[in-house]
Amino acid sequence: MTSMEEAEDFVPAEHPGPDVNVSHVERAASITLGTALVALALSRRQTTGALTVGLFGAYMAWRGATGHCLLYEALDTGTAEDEEDDRLAAGGHDDASAEAAATIGRAPEEVYAFCRALDGAPRFMAFIESVQPLDALRSRWMARTPSGQTLGWVAEVIEDRPGELFAWRSLPGEAVHHAGAFRFRLAPGGRGTEVRLDVEYQPPGAPLARAVARWLGSAAEYVVEDDLRRLKQILEAGETATTRGQPRASPGCAPPART
Amino acid sequence: MKANCWFGKHDVRVREVPEPQLLNPRDAVVRVSSTAICGSDLHLFDGHVPSMKEGDILGHEFMGEVLAVGSAVESLQPGDRVVVPFAISCGRCFYCQRGLWSLCDNSNPNARVAAERYGFACAGLFGYSHMMGGYAGGQAERVRVPFADVGPLKVPAGLSDEQALFLSDIFPTGYMAAENCQIQKGDVIAVWGCGPVGQFALRSALLLGAERVIAIDREPARLSMASAGGADTIDFSVEDVTECLREMTGGRGPDACIDCVGLEAALGQAVRACRKGGVVSIPGVYGGFVDRLPLGSAFNKGLTFKMGQTHVRRYMERLLQLVLQGRIDPSFVVTHRLTLEFAPEAYDLFKHKRDGCVKVVLTP
Repeated sequence: MTSMEEAEDFVPAEHPGPDVNVSHVERAASITLGTALVALALSRRQTTGALTVGLFGAYMAWRGATGHCLLYEALDTGTAEDEEDDRLAAGGHDDASAEAAATIGRAPEEVYAFCRALDGAPRFMAFIESVQPLDALRSRWMARTPSGQTLGWVAEVIEDRPGELFAWRSLPGEAVHHAGAFRFRLAPGGRGTEVRLDVEYQPPGAPLARAVARWLGSAAEYVVEDDLRRLKQILEAGETATTRGQPRASPGCAPPART
Repeated sequence: MKANCWFGKHDVRVREVPEPQLLNPRDAVVRVSSTAICGSDLHLFDGHVPSMKEGDILGHEFMGEVLAVGSAVESLQPGDRVVVPFAISCGRCFYCQRGLWSLCDNSNPNARVAAERYGFACAGLFGYSHMMGGYAGGQAERVRVPFADVGPLKVPAGLSDEQALFLSDIFPTGYMAAENCQIQKGDVIAVWGCGPVGQFALRSALLLGAERVIAIDREPARLSMASAGGADTIDFSVEDVTECLREMTGGRGPDACIDCVGLEAALGQAVRACRKGGVVSIPGVYGGFVDRLPLGSAFNKGLTFKMGQTHVRRYMERLLQLVLQGRIDPSFVVTHRLTLEFAPEAYDLFKHKRDGCVKVVLTP
């Protein structure tokens, strides 16, 4: 099976041409997946569906090798990274960023106050274990990644307008680049506050692993959406909805004795 | 404790599972005294609802005794006898505040999954798939009830379990379906499906002042139960429904049509049969897409569609009063009583409508 690293070698490094609408990393993944599917189809030639799998695999490999996705073309979209290349060349970060919005049934001042206090962040922000204010502007953040790695960094408030806006970013030189901003706006008709959260982060780790995580979907988008849902639950309902710890039947559960 | 768990299509099993715990300050744990199988549980049983997982505890119609309450629950105490709405509502969001309890913004922990499918997520439901919150259900000896300061209704001692149990779902569901018909003096209401919800819908339509209710089914036991409830009936296996309805309404068509089936064939027939400017009320559960919906008929006749998961909390007190006044005794619908450990047999009985089965009550 072709590894992602090997597959990357098949992708030309030069600036993508006009027909290329698939990003560098996604092309590598496409080649990897495509080759694997063709191999799988060849190993199961007798089974129905092997032809479909094989053809799809061949298409994915072609898509990776040429960088041209017919689906993206049909949808007039793509993931090729012209701008990103420029940004990386200029020394920028390979960031994941996401934004989401929610309307929360509380006054902007109240929502602002809860978010600005920062120590409530672990209750609604995924992966954040603790946020400890160090002084009026700086705070120490601790996070645990899904793989169990613990990360820490110090962030500073870069903009603060009570009831309106609150933004922070990690200090230069921290291992994790993290930045975020809450924007608050009075919702019409007594509906509370429209909250927008923008988050940007560059987790440490191999660029490839980061890129794959990004390619696998707008995971960051999901995280931020769920963060805002939990914030809303806390501020409106006083707790976050959960099922963690409730009973279910595991495979080992026995049938009860019939009486 | 014992619980009835989903293991796959047409595969439910009673298993020993861990005890439910208080997980949040607004939780309660209830010892279940009676629980029922809902027609919508058959959608799970038949494997039509996505995001079910092996081992999920089923059941969203249940009542019982409060065993424990979380630190933020002041309205309930251990020992209280309660009936619990199937939809879980926080009571404080935009939707709950407007009485749209089943559209609660805050009770579904898997809101993103539901939002991806439906555009926005609705309330979490007991025992009804992970997309709908993944909450363990009440076909069990004990159950955790989130936001217990909002949902559960205390049941007076004078009422039996079978008189109170259906306030959890099918009585409010049938009642909301009838209320959605905006019944005026002289109105004729047609009800497709004489299952448990249809039975409550037709009785509710009469309670709300309908001149006449016409109930449609083919099961003799269900048609005679509808008849006993005051409806005229059409057996669709022997009669042409559209023609019958036209004849029975002097050529006008029913003023409102209620789809208590949840299948496109019934819905399409209801749309075509409905009089011009009438209402099509849909308590039947739909999860995905409907083919062959005669939207042209609906548009040109200027129909109003009313639908949705029931805002149970909105109706509970009102319907409890009707029961206490003796204007309706919900226990009429129960045809079968089994203990919880026979839940798999009960699903089979209910699904195949064997032995005149309309409604099964399980007791742990």
